[in-house]
Amino acid sequence: MKRLLILGAGTAGTMMANHLKPVLGKDEWEITIAEESKVHYYQPGYIFIPFDMYTPEEVCRPTEEFIPEGVNLVNKKIDRILPDDNKVLMEDGSEIHYDILIIATGTHPSPEETHGMLGSQWRKAIFDFYTFDGSVALRDKLRDWPGGKFVVHIAEMPIKCPVAPLEVAFLADSYFAEKGIRDKVEISFVTPMSGAFTRPKAARAFEHILVEKNIKIIPDFAVERVDNEDKKIIDYGGTEVSFDLLVTVPTNKGSAVIERSGFGDDLNYVPTHKGTLQSKVKPNIFVIGDASDLPTSKAGSVAHFEAEILTENIQRYIKGEPLMDDFDGHANCFVETGEGKALLLDFNYNQEPVEGTFPIPGVGPLRLLKESRMNHLGKLAFRWIYWNMLLKGANVPFVSSHMTEEGKKIENKK
Amino acid sequence: MEKTIAGKTVEVNEEGYLTDQSQWTREVAEAIAGEEGIDLTERHWAVISYLQDQHKQGVALSIRKIGKSGVIDIKEFYQLFPNGPLKISTKIAGIPKPASCI
Repeated sequence: MKRLLILGAGTAGTMMANHLKPVLGKDEWEITIAEESKVHYYQPGYIFIPFDMYTPEEVCRPTEEFIPEGVNLVNKKIDRILPDDNKVLMEDGSEIHYDILIIATGTHPSPEETHGMLGSQWRKAIFDFYTFDGSVALRDKLRDWPGGKFVVHIAEMPIKCPVAPLEVAFLADSYFAEKGIRDKVEISFVTPMSGAFTRPKAARAFEHILVEKNIKIIPDFAVERVDNEDKKIIDYGGTEVSFDLLVTVPTNKGSAVIERSGFGDDLNYVPTHKGTLQSKVKPNIFVIGDASDLPTSKAGSVAHFEAEILTENIQRYIKGEPLMDDFDGHANCFVETGEGKALLLDFNYNQEPVEGTFPIPGVGPLRLLKESRMNHLGKLAFRWIYWNMLLKGANVPFVSSHMTEEGKKIENKK
Repeated sequence: MEKTIAGKTVEVNEEGYLTDQSQWTREVAEAIAGEEGIDLTERHWAVISYLQDQHKQGVALSIRKIGKSGVIDIKEFYQLFPNGPLKISTKIAGIPKPASCI
C-alpha cells in the first residue's frame, strides 16, 4: 500500500482529498491528511463579521465534516518535512511516511514582522481582520466606536485575498453611513503598492470607487514601525499616518513548517513550477494554494482551479507520464463594494482584469469589473457553494480552470 | 513609444520604463534619475547594478529582498530613491517595474 499525504485541511487541502479519493485505486493508495485545527473556517466570511453581516458561527464547521470517508484525518501539529527521507515529522515525535506529498499549508498573517505592531494598542486600537479572532475582536470594537480616523492598511505584498482590504474600506463606508456617523469618520487606505491594485485597469476602477466614497488613498507606503503611544504608522521614507482605529493586514508568511523544513523562500513560500504545480524541492512533492510561490493571487478560487490540474498531474505522475504544464494562474474574485453591491474580477498570469460578462460569455448574469447587485448576491451565494460544492470537489457550473477570453473586452489581444 | 533621453532615442512604455534593456546606458540612467530629481552617487550605482543582476537571474524584486541583499538596508534605499524606491530605482536601472504579486 502506498501513501499520499496532504499537509493542511484548509480550502486547498480539503479539495484535494475530495478530488483524489475517487480516482486513486483504494487497494493501492491510502490517503492521509494532516491538520491541527478541528475547525474549518470559511475565510471569505471574515470581512463580513466586523460589520455584523455574518455571525462567527456562520463561518465555522468541523474540519472532519469535509474529509471524505476512507481518508485518514490526523489531527496533530506538523513539525517539519524531511524530503530526503520521504517523511513528515509531527510535533509529538511521530512520523508519517509518504510516497507522494501535497503541501497545502497556506499563508498566515504575521504581525510580529512589523516593529510595534504587537504593542500596547494591539486589539485595542490596532486590529487584523484576516483571522477568526481578529475579525470578531474588530466587530466588538466597532459596535460602540464613536468615530475618528479609520485607517485600512496593508503592510507588505503578497497577501491572502488581495482585494479584501479594499472590501473592508468599502464595507466600513456603508457601515458608518448606516449608523449615521459617516461624517465623524475619516477613512483612508494605506498601501505599499502604487495604486489601489497592481493591475492597472482594476486599479483605476477601484480608485474611482474610493473617490466616490470619500476614501483617501495613500500609496507607496512601506511601513517601518507602529508608534503605539501617538497612534501612528511610519514608513521608511518618514511619512506618518495617524489613526484612531488601525485595521491592518500584517505581512503574510507561509507556514512555519516550511521554514523548519528549510526549503521556503524568504517568506516561507515553497518554490513551485507555475504550470504543473510540482515543487522544485523534489519530484514527489506537489504544492497547492497559498503555500506556493506562484505569481498569482493567494485566493480560494485559485486553489480551486489548481485542484483540477493537480488532480490530473498526480495521476500522471503515478503512471510515469509527463505532467500537464498549463496552469494559467486563473483567479476569480468577488469584491464587495458596499451598499449591497459587488464587482467581479476574472484574470490570470498574463491577462489583467477587464470588463465583460461572466460566467457565460455575452450573457452573464454577472458583470466583470462593474458594480452590481447581482454580483453581491453571487458573493453571498458563494458561501453555500463553498460548503456544498467547492470543498467537496464538485465542478462549479460554467466556470473552467482555464480563464476564458470570451465575453471579455480585451485590448491589444496578442 | 519612442523617447529621446540623453541625446539617444529609446523605446519606453507609457510609464517611462525602457522596454529594450539593451538601450540602457549610464547616460540614460543619469537622465532618467535627473527627471526624478536624483543625482546618482556611488551608492545609487551599487543598488542599480544589484537590481540589474537580480533581474538577469529572473528574481522577482521586492523591498524585503532588497533589505536582505546586504547591498543596502531599506532605510537607505528610501533615502536614495525617495517616494517609492522600488519603482524609481528599477526605472533608472532600465528594468521592468516589479509587479507585486496579486
